[in-house]
Amino acid sequence: MAKRPAPDRNSKSNRKASAAATANDVGSDVMASDVIVVGGGLVGMTFAATLSRSGINVTVIERADPETLVAAPHDGRASAIAYGSQRLLNAAGLWHGMKDHAEPILDIRVVEGGSPLFLHFNSQALGNKDPADNVLGYMLENRHNRAALYAAAAKLPLNFVAPASITDIDRGPGLVTVTLDDGRIFQAPLLVAADGVRSKLREDAGITVHGWSYRQVGIVCTVKHEKPHCGVALENFLPMGPFAVLPLKDNRSSIVWTEKESTAPAIVALNDHQFLEELKRRFGDYLGEIEIEGMRWAYPLKLQHAESYTASRLALIGDAAHGMHPIAGQGLNLGIRDVGALAEVIVDARRLGQDIGAKTVLDRYAQWRRFDNLTLLAVTDNLNKLFSTDVMPIKIARKLGIAAVDKIPPLKNFLMEHARGTVGDLPRLLQGAPL
Amino acid sequence: MIETTNNSLDASVDSVEVARFAEAADDWWDEDGPFRPLHQLNPVRLDYICERLCAHFGRNPRHLDSLKGLRILDIGCGGGLLTEPMTRLGAETVGADAGEENIEAAKRHAELVGLDIDYVAATAEDLAEWGETFDAVLNMEVIEHVADVNAYMTACGSLIRPGGGMVFATLNRTLKAYALAVLGAEYVLRWMPRGTHDWNRFLKPSEFAAHLRAAGLNVDDLEGVKFDVVEHNWARTKSLDVNYMGFATKGAE
Repeated sequence: MAKRPAPDRNSKSNRKASAAATANDVGSDVMASDVIVVGGGLVGMTFAATLSRSGINVTVIERADPETLVAAPHDGRASAIAYGSQRLLNAAGLWHGMKDHAEPILDIRVVEGGSPLFLHFNSQALGNKDPADNVLGYMLENRHNRAALYAAAAKLPLNFVAPASITDIDRGPGLVTVTLDDGRIFQAPLLVAADGVRSKLREDAGITVHGWSYRQVGIVCTVKHEKPHCGVALENFLPMGPFAVLPLKDNRSSIVWTEKESTAPAIVALNDHQFLEELKRRFGDYLGEIEIEGMRWAYPLKLQHAESYTASRLALIGDAAHGMHPIAGQGLNLGIRDVGALAEVIVDARRLGQDIGAKTVLDRYAQWRRFDNLTLLAVTDNLNKLFSTDVMPIKIARKLGIAAVDKIPPLKNFLMEHARGTVGDLPRLLQGAPL
Repeated sequence: MIETTNNSLDASVDSVEVARFAEAADDWWDEDGPFRPLHQLNPVRLDYICERLCAHFGRNPRHLDSLKGLRILDIGCGGGLLTEPMTRLGAETVGADAGEENIEAAKRHAELVGLDIDYVAATAEDLAEWGETFDAVLNMEVIEHVADVNAYMTACGSLIRPGGGMVFATLNRTLKAYALAVLGAEYVLRWMPRGTHDWNRFLKPSEFAAHLRAAGLNVDDLEGVKFDVVEHNWARTKSLDVNYMGFATKGAE
């Protein structure tokens, strides 16, 4: 019997750089993994941990030192975690590290200034068998969220590189190569940009963003109050912009106070006593005496949407793809939906042995998410415009509208399910199912 | 490498067909190029291949290395559109194609994506003569381009180890297939270059099954593939009218 000629594999005989191989040294100083995530914030880490738990090898590259990211002065914001998002965090094994710091949102009350008309969403009306499922979502301070994510990541086979400074990114036809200033080199078939609103990766890929500023500033602080909030989130539409009181643990609430760009700097510059007085004017006394805990922050409010969510071997998630007005508390929730969709697309493709950075794979993610995000961006934007106008007929209509919605239980329940993030073409993880 | 293929002019190889695909060798991996339909079809083919192989060899299709330890031949591998996925799933793969240019393109691409794959410019008959054996052979969309089906299938059968299996796919010789695959895909939609397919070479499932039996294999499963014009994607279906796939096994000795 004839023998097969020796295979011509001398040129690459010692090449073991399987893209699917474990993240380890593959010769020189190249670390191979399946996915490189740039940005170790809330969305980036949630994504990395979710994928890692499914057996995908992930490298996260974060510019900042994690120690400073979890310190209190870094980020005073708290985020709403919609019920659907919580299911993903639970399925990804992340929720148990967060739940002790998360306050359930049981009711949402929408009022307008001093108007006696209001809209009240009571989650008990959802009528689930288990009363524990009758929550609209949770409020969780970002620093606690981050700390839980880093703790979970430390227990996963996840390559967390921070602080790190990227000097070069080469999105080649087959692999992406990321080089750090200390000479370390990382390679993967897919690069994921989770580097925030001012995404450098998005800019380098030449993806433009559409958007505009609301000429408003969100002033954020935490207050301690005398009386319990009973899990009620209050959205008060004041003439200057929405004023939200969101329930936190231990008789505390997170304030998101929207002011016009022109007046905000003066308010932020007030001394502690004056600032508290201004706050009280808007807050009222329904929770008794209040005091401010910790620092105050101001964030310019703007809406932006990336023209494309993908490029060759690149996918954008979270704020890198879409930044939105915080009025509906959906910013992080949209990011978590991105996580659920992209993780599902990647795992499904990888179980068939497909190249997870291939265009056909990334197209699935982009088509799935862009429609959903565009819808919510439009709704949120219109909501803000609706409540920020002083045109009399609109003012009257919206007051009547608030009262009317309150009287139509099916519409109220529909809006509640929206707020819970359980509507639409949901990724498996957001349905509470495994990947 | 070139000298090793001088013996490749076996009965089953149609040199015109080989040349036709070789011309397009550099386009294999262009997802928007001439092989775009194949890229769109690939997830459906892979879904079927993984499902059948995992069921037959007792593997969990949810595992990312579900084919680990299996030796798999992708015959008529072209640019390696199926060879690469099999390798990622942990299989020890050989990609074979009569077209030297295809093998060179496949090798170049494997290197680009960092995969180590044993590609060889050879026919099924070459591999059989060399005494190579496999747990599974992928015989996907090849038979309709082969000149001597009997010789080809006999060689394929001998490459499979006892207890192993073959996943196969081709086009049915029906008027509907002629209308869709030849007229529709090649002439109307221009998905594929004209002349890609010769309807007279298409095999009916019963004919394919007869060839398999003659090669010592039994058909375990048959399934169709259809293109959904509205959704604009491929999907698995019960109808074998146009494209169909199947799984055949070789009894343990």
